[in-house]
Amino acid sequence: MSKYTEEELQKELETKEYEYGFYTDIESDTFPSGLNEEIVIAISKKKNEPQWMTDWRIEAFRIWSEMEEPEWANVHYEKPDFQAISYYSAPKKADPNKTLDDVDPELLEMYKKLGISIDEQKKLQGVAIDIVVDSVSVATTFKKTLAEKGIIFCPISEAIQDHPELVKKYLGTIVPQKDNFYAALNSAVFTDGSFCYIPKGVRCPMELSTYFRINQAGTGQFERTLLVADKGSYVSYLEGCTAPSRDENQLHAAVVELIALDDAEIKYSTVQNWYPGNAEGKGGVFNFVTKRGLCEKNAKISWTQVETGSAVTWKYPSCILKGNNSVGEFYSIAVTNNFQQADTGTKMIHLGKNTKSTIISKGISAGKSQNSYRGLVQIAPKAENARNFSQCDSLLMGNQCGAHTFPYIEAKNKSAQIEHEATTSKIGEDQIFYCNQRGIDTEKAIALIVNGFSKDVLNKLPMEFAVEAQKLLEISLEGSVG
Amino acid sequence: MLHVKNLHASVEDKAILKGINLEVKAGEVHAIMGPNGSGKSTLSSVIAGKEEYEVTDGEIFLNGENIEELSAEERAHEGVFLSFQYPVEIPGVSVTNFVKTAINETRKAKGEDEMPASAMLKKIREKAELLEIDRKFLSRSLNEGFSGGEKKRNEIFQMAMLEPKLAILDETDSGLDIDALRIVANGVNKLRSEDNAVIVITHYQRLLEYIVPDFVHVLHNGKIVKSGTKELALELEEKGYDWIKQEATV
Repeated sequence: MSKYTEEELQKELETKEYEYGFYTDIESDTFPSGLNEEIVIAISKKKNEPQWMTDWRIEAFRIWSEMEEPEWANVHYEKPDFQAISYYSAPKKADPNKTLDDVDPELLEMYKKLGISIDEQKKLQGVAIDIVVDSVSVATTFKKTLAEKGIIFCPISEAIQDHPELVKKYLGTIVPQKDNFYAALNSAVFTDGSFCYIPKGVRCPMELSTYFRINQAGTGQFERTLLVADKGSYVSYLEGCTAPSRDENQLHAAVVELIALDDAEIKYSTVQNWYPGNAEGKGGVFNFVTKRGLCEKNAKISWTQVETGSAVTWKYPSCILKGNNSVGEFYSIAVTNNFQQADTGTKMIHLGKNTKSTIISKGISAGKSQNSYRGLVQIAPKAENARNFSQCDSLLMGNQCGAHTFPYIEAKNKSAQIEHEATTSKIGEDQIFYCNQRGIDTEKAIALIVNGFSKDVLNKLPMEFAVEAQKLLEISLEGSVG
Repeated sequence: MLHVKNLHASVEDKAILKGINLEVKAGEVHAIMGPNGSGKSTLSSVIAGKEEYEVTDGEIFLNGENIEELSAEERAHEGVFLSFQYPVEIPGVSVTNFVKTAINETRKAKGEDEMPASAMLKKIREKAELLEIDRKFLSRSLNEGFSGGEKKRNEIFQMAMLEPKLAILDETDSGLDIDALRIVANGVNKLRSEDNAVIVITHYQRLLEYIVPDFVHVLHNGKIVKSGTKELALELEEKGYDWIKQEATV
């Protein structure tokens, strides 16, 4: 017989709940809640920003004030009260100019819990990492190694100080302030995020990674990521996120802009694991994110995302295929359980000739959740010989969840070739029994089936991330079959 | 090994098994035959622990232990293996990955460490060879797009890998051509030992020419109405099931 004791079971059940739901008691410098022009100016001052940046923020704030929250997505929630949120919170002892040895021990303890050992990362994995807690970036590793190749990888607040010419040139060019409600809000109040520049012809020797963490209560996180890959360069970038379990909803409204100049390639991978709320649908993060990339001639951008967290997700990582022969890819796994809602997909805008895009979306719904794929494939009149292939597969568990697909196709050039495939399937009792009969318990069976279903996308993730993502899928679907 | 006592079982309140008694000892091969709808597949599902089937009366003992409370996976850990009549597809999960997971989950349940990759590989090669399975086949998605024969051969491959104490082969012969049948039967025979037992469920005597049973039972209307040795199978082949049915009603 198995040696499985009550204690071990208890332990396993504990870890299978949201693992990152702890709160670290760090002294924080937090702004009073509310949003007006003074707050926007205060954030800019706090960051010691140049006037052009302050002006840019104010412009964004004015645009935002005139805008309405979008309601077209297939999600239902109580709208956040934007005056009840604090727009700036920083761990007090974080000082980017100090070395790691000076970092608040409480913070270091938190990284450990998150599974980020900065020292080990340094030595073993060869991943350069930037960590953003609440509103500020607290640690960036590997700076020196990267600097030798001319690569800039730093908090965006630092980039505004040290590389204003680059930030000024590219910020808001892909996602302008007026793009949408949340992008405008982000432009006004973003407090940190990562900046990355890969010089001409440089192949970034390691994975770059940013880890986002919301810690403080009643704060929103508005990070801004700007990534520029100069001509002929290559970079692979990873992004991970977690938050404490809280009863109230927290707002996360990020903007990511990617620029791939001629012949450059950017791989951008996300494992999104914000707190999804509890089993009754209480709490959880509202994840309203705008991500977009621009491809110049022969350039390529691949978005890979594993979305398992958040109470509500609204996110469409997109590619503007401006240059001839440019390539856009979107690989996505979105898991929803309990009362989670996700409306996610992509836009592939074909402007250049011989542009190519691939969309593979795998939606997995369990519990009482709703999971929607929404995608746009647009072929402009001048985009000769554009090609797109889309595949949207949905997997359902139980009878109370929903899967929806909203594909939009607009082709204005007759030479376009567009393919769309969609399937919906359900995990069957027969499949589960078959696994059970081979000694595989139901939880593990679901994980196996889901991993098989998601394989095409999991294969696109960098190695270390793929393992983490598989575990995450397993945890997210815990308790989804009764 | 297996002792079934007065087993009654129903599905959705419909009684299907109506008092089965069966004893299978280690080293034995039993064949269960019978017309369609007599309850053959139900019996195998109930022994394997499928939840939809409700045991309304009677008991099943495995190695002296009443297994009523054990889940399907726990029964598997105890050494029960069912070769399915209709194996299911699991897209994206390779045969190798599936077998590896099954073996390691069973080991985990027994408090053992995972099987080292090298040992796993060696075993996979050995058993694939035994069943004349092409290496490429092992990297394909489980049962997806498999022919009927491939599915059955894959079932026996898994059986060879898991080395069960009690193997139930539910119509393993259906969908097999004569060559495949010979390979599968040969595989099963090589896996037979003094320590394990096999129950072969089949319509036809054909498979029993290759896997020779010690005992043959005829199932009709949820009961075993006749038991005998392998000659009984020949008699059934010759006369059909009608005389059994008549005998049973008299």
